[in-house]
Amino acid sequence: MLTIGDSQFSSRLFTGTGKFASADQMLAALAASGSQLVTLAMKRLDLKAGFDDILAPIRQSGVKLLPNTSGARNAKEAIFVAELAREVLGTSWVKLEIHPDPKYLMPDPIETFNAAKVLCERGFTVLPYVHADPVLCRNLESVGCAAVMPLGSPIGSNRGLETAAFLKMIIEQANVPVVVDAGIGSPSQAMAAMEMGASAVLVNTAIAASRDPVKMALCFADAVSTGRKAYEAGLAQVHQRAIGTSPQQALTAFLSE
Amino acid sequence: MSFFDTLSGLSREQLRMALYSTTAAQVEAAIEGEQGNLDHLLAMLSPAAEEYLEPMAQRAAALTRQRFGHNIGLYLPLYLSNLCANECDYCGFTMSNKLKRKVLSHDELAAEMAVIKPQGFDSILLVSGEHETKVGIDYFADILPLVKAEFSHVAMEVQPLSSEHYGILVEKGLDAVMLYQETYDPETYRRHHLRGNKQDYGYRLESPERIAPAGVDKIGLGVLLGLDDWRMDALLMGYHLDYLERRFWRSRYSISLPRLRPCVGGITPKVQLTDKGLVQLICAFRLFNEQLEISLSTRETPSLRDNLLGLGITQMSAGSRTEPGGYVNPAAQLDQFEISDERSAAEVASVLRSRGFTPVWKDWEAGWIGTN
Repeated sequence: MLTIGDSQFSSRLFTGTGKFASADQMLAALAASGSQLVTLAMKRLDLKAGFDDILAPIRQSGVKLLPNTSGARNAKEAIFVAELAREVLGTSWVKLEIHPDPKYLMPDPIETFNAAKVLCERGFTVLPYVHADPVLCRNLESVGCAAVMPLGSPIGSNRGLETAAFLKMIIEQANVPVVVDAGIGSPSQAMAAMEMGASAVLVNTAIAASRDPVKMALCFADAVSTGRKAYEAGLAQVHQRAIGTSPQQALTAFLSE
Repeated sequence: MSFFDTLSGLSREQLRMALYSTTAAQVEAAIEGEQGNLDHLLAMLSPAAEEYLEPMAQRAAALTRQRFGHNIGLYLPLYLSNLCANECDYCGFTMSNKLKRKVLSHDELAAEMAVIKPQGFDSILLVSGEHETKVGIDYFADILPLVKAEFSHVAMEVQPLSSEHYGILVEKGLDAVMLYQETYDPETYRRHHLRGNKQDYGYRLESPERIAPAGVDKIGLGVLLGLDDWRMDALLMGYHLDYLERRFWRSRYSISLPRLRPCVGGITPKVQLTDKGLVQLICAFRLFNEQLEISLSTRETPSLRDNLLGLGITQMSAGSRTEPGGYVNPAAQLDQFEISDERSAAEVASVLRSRGFTPVWKDWEAGWIGTN
């Protein structure tokens, strides 16, 4: 079981709600994924209009909601959205994402840290989306974030774990769960993140934009589960070359002379 | 260096020759190439690329799906005024046209919004003719809070303003500015803009450089396709986009691809852009810039709009009226241009769903005012 804050999750696959063709398709894919934590953008919710095509069906499905601050360009806007989410959705969980760069949606480390600090002080369970920066992750942990969410590659890029070397450092050092978020494009990439020791992965585009989102959600569920089991079983160490026991020029032979 | 200087430094003749002498091999390399390359954009806008529409469309559709998913944003234009102090020969609002001129009062604005809001819209585009003294910064600053109280996302398509005035409007809830150059050819521009402030080609051209620093989130570029050689105009718009993205990285960008439509007393297009050409334009820009928002207005017919959906379009209007007061009183004959797709918002949303898209009404927070 994975524990984040006060909640436990048996599935280590988290999913998103954007980019689906319809609410029905989204619900079917979420069900197939087995995901128990689902993120949704607060900017998409029309609470005034009263006809909401995203929130109501997710609520019915019983999964835990992780409202996100997507669209926020600075700490002030993100904090505003987090407070709004707590007020209208009744959850203090928030996926903190701040991207002032609309092209690649790269997270702003300074604004994210500042917002995380304020939100943690105000009692939120904060899961910040960040670049795979080990020092930033430690700093976010120290101000009270419940988990960190470093990226594998840019959002929606499906390019996989381009930050692998840094993800390994973060996983090695973290005292909070590490959720690899963004850029995971295929089940094999999700499995690789889990084998590496990630606590969970968050996948949206690769499921929602596939030809068959339900089938793809099943594939991701299998991959995440297998990757986790492999990590727990302990992967054999990788060696650069074969280890010979009787080399031609023995360097330690003198010991027995 | 402003974009005016950048543009002046380009040899249009060389670009034109390159466009019309592009080879099949160059088109193939462009389609397979990385995004953001202006030479590739040129190749994809060339006549040679017409033979590659299908592979371009396949790639454009896949890229759009990956970036924007199955979402299509819906917005509506709200015409504030048809007063205009410009004489432009392609536009129904042109000064010399004999039509009833009107500026919406608070009450009339409220009445328009009361018709629009129940249809589901949460993103509005405020449009006016260009009349600096009667419909200028004071009017905009006065009505913006009323509009922002109803719509999370507020865009404007009005005359170019000063950076200071854009800043004032951002504080009151302005999120996006659409400002179309109409044509990047100064000579063609001069021929179509006969009187008024809009004659100042350079001031208009440099407007995005005043809009972005004022903190406006989204900037819309556009050319009126048909005024000049659309391949050249589209290419130079690509140069403009490239210039802006390099300097103003916090802004989002969108483009519009309006084709010259008949209007009262207006001209007929000099260069006809066919449906095939429009498809080529949409696909070329999607392959050039995966993140670019591309909007499609009701100038186009229902069947064409439905077929263009998957290729790269991210935003559509639906059920538009192009005259001030037109939502309350649809019979008024004060249109800026004729619309072709007369389907209601609900009908368009239903078509979107049946074609596997999610109509997105809201995608912004009204509370994000002036904090960027």
